[in-house]
Amino acid sequence: MSRSPRAAVLRTPAGLSLRFRPRALAVAAVCLVVALGTGVLLIGSGDFPMSPADVVRTLAGQGSPADSVIVNEIRLPRVVTALAVGAALGLAGAIFQSLVRNPLGSPDILGFTQGAGTGVLTVIVLFGGGSAAAAAGAAGGGLATGLVVWAVAGRHGAHGQRLVLVGIGVAAILTGVNGYLLTQAQIVDAARAVLWLTGSLDGRDWADSAPLLIALAVLGPLVLVGCGRALRMLELGDDAAHALGVPIERARLILLGAAVLLTSFAAAAAGPVSFVALTAPQLARRLTRTPGPNLLPAACMGAALLVAADWAAQRAFTGHQLPVGVVTGLLGGGYLVWLLVTERKTGRI
Amino acid sequence: MTLHHDTHPAPAPAPAPEGVAGPATAAPASSSAAPPDATAAARLSGGGLTLAYDRRVVAEGLDVAVPDGSFTVIVGPNACGKSTLLRALARILKPSAGAVVLDGRPIAGWPAKKLARTLGLLPQTSIAPEGISVADLVARGRYPHQGLLRQWSREDERVVTESMEATGVAELADRAVDELSGGQRQRVWIAMALAQQTPLLLLDEPTTYLDIAHQIEVLDLCARLHEEGRTVVAVLHDLNHASRYATHLIAMRDGRIVAEGEPGAVVTAELVEDVFGLPCQVIDCPETGTPLVVPAARRRAP
Repeated sequence: MSRSPRAAVLRTPAGLSLRFRPRALAVAAVCLVVALGTGVLLIGSGDFPMSPADVVRTLAGQGSPADSVIVNEIRLPRVVTALAVGAALGLAGAIFQSLVRNPLGSPDILGFTQGAGTGVLTVIVLFGGGSAAAAAGAAGGGLATGLVVWAVAGRHGAHGQRLVLVGIGVAAILTGVNGYLLTQAQIVDAARAVLWLTGSLDGRDWADSAPLLIALAVLGPLVLVGCGRALRMLELGDDAAHALGVPIERARLILLGAAVLLTSFAAAAAGPVSFVALTAPQLARRLTRTPGPNLLPAACMGAALLVAADWAAQRAFTGHQLPVGVVTGLLGGGYLVWLLVTERKTGRI
Repeated sequence: MTLHHDTHPAPAPAPAPEGVAGPATAAPASSSAAPPDATAAARLSGGGLTLAYDRRVVAEGLDVAVPDGSFTVIVGPNACGKSTLLRALARILKPSAGAVVLDGRPIAGWPAKKLARTLGLLPQTSIAPEGISVADLVARGRYPHQGLLRQWSREDERVVTESMEATGVAELADRAVDELSGGQRQRVWIAMALAQQTPLLLLDEPTTYLDIAHQIEVLDLCARLHEEGRTVVAVLHDLNHASRYATHLIAMRDGRIVAEGEPGAVVTAELVEDVFGLPCQVIDCPETGTPLVVPAARRRAP
């Protein structure tokens, strides 16, 4: 195990002090640059290609009116949605993995993704709802699943193995429910539902991403600034965190609530994009080599991963676009297998 | 290498805690040979405590006081409720009746961080995050002294260094905690609790899983922390260790305090037989003069 990099401190004469890890900040910054850079490439690609310089100029408000329509009305919403979904999933995944002290603690495995799917299927199959209703169904389904898992795991059990096991059980039930709902659907509805369940960014406009952007703007600072340090203490175990003065149940409730909300709104915006929440925090940790939840690097890594996956989905097979969820599933599954193999080699599992 | 206490003046002399005893009567609780005025002076005490996990009651009507400046050790057979009592004193377990009182105020009403600056706890099980270094782990003990805009003051830095020196882990500062031996790891956790700079320190079985040399090393460290002015409360398994190090011994059985007081007065063959069900002799320890329990020899089968 390599040494964790040292922390740096900023102090002011007034007695204020900030402690941070330069390496973690650098990783976050690099991920952010990659995410934004890929975003610019994405905006410039398509049936009407533009150079990155043109894209940047148009984004700055100095492009031709035609460019402006294509960039700001059509392609930017999709990229912004991708960035926001990736950041939300990366952040939520980091919170879940830290709270359950397990790299498998991701919304894919804890049942929240399946719950969002159930919400969407219910809306599409039983009520024939449109895309706005489907998004509401995703958010509602994810939140309802969060409440069920919370209630079953119990106030004192909402962490560690118990949450993982309850989540796996709930996920299994919901997968069954989702399968049943699909068999009951008209063929057109079923096709729509399956596409949605794969996770896709096609045809996103500002209305699709607005709820998620608001959730990120509110919950991001709340989690990063308000609860990040408490989350680090919770990793020492409940008793130790308690002894250090963390109000553990309140902190955990806020963090779990924020993570479930972020996952649900991300699913509402782009469908249940798989594996980003699982891989982004792990990749971020390996790059920062810093113990702890690594919330900010994980969020930036998630954004970079999702935009890169969308780029691959659009460009990897010429003339044949894939839903972004297919790419993240393929990459994420491969990564999971690699993780299991290397962890096994180092003897950790 | 002394550790300076932060300034946590006890707010006024603590009033006697009897007034806060819960509804449960304290009738059978202590048939103790206790020092008579222990409760009156104690910063930390519990009155009429009923302790339960869900519905399983572990102790009922328990009255306990930790004499100020003492090294109090709680002993008793497995499942007698000694760790449960310690958890209640640290506010991890909420008593279903009665109240724990710290500095004259029910502990339930203390703000979390303020409590963590007054009362430290070394839990039985803690988790070292993967790959964390010794210095980083000890630094987490400063959490109750920090805030959003005061994340790492010079004072924090100084106290962390001193805590590592006091526990002899300073030269391990950059090592990963998961690479250390059990004894070293326990000293690191104690250093973290020290960095909290609390005048009261609770330790839940600090010597479990350690070999004999490391047990003594950790207990010597606890004794030194006590001599430096802290009130130390520990749950221990080994009666001989308890007799050697404690200034105040609390013996528990079936959720009740059977005896308490100075080890020399409390630890007798009758008490050990009564509490642990173990026939034995109690002799004077040749090294310290404290009571030494020698279990009776097994009788050869006829």
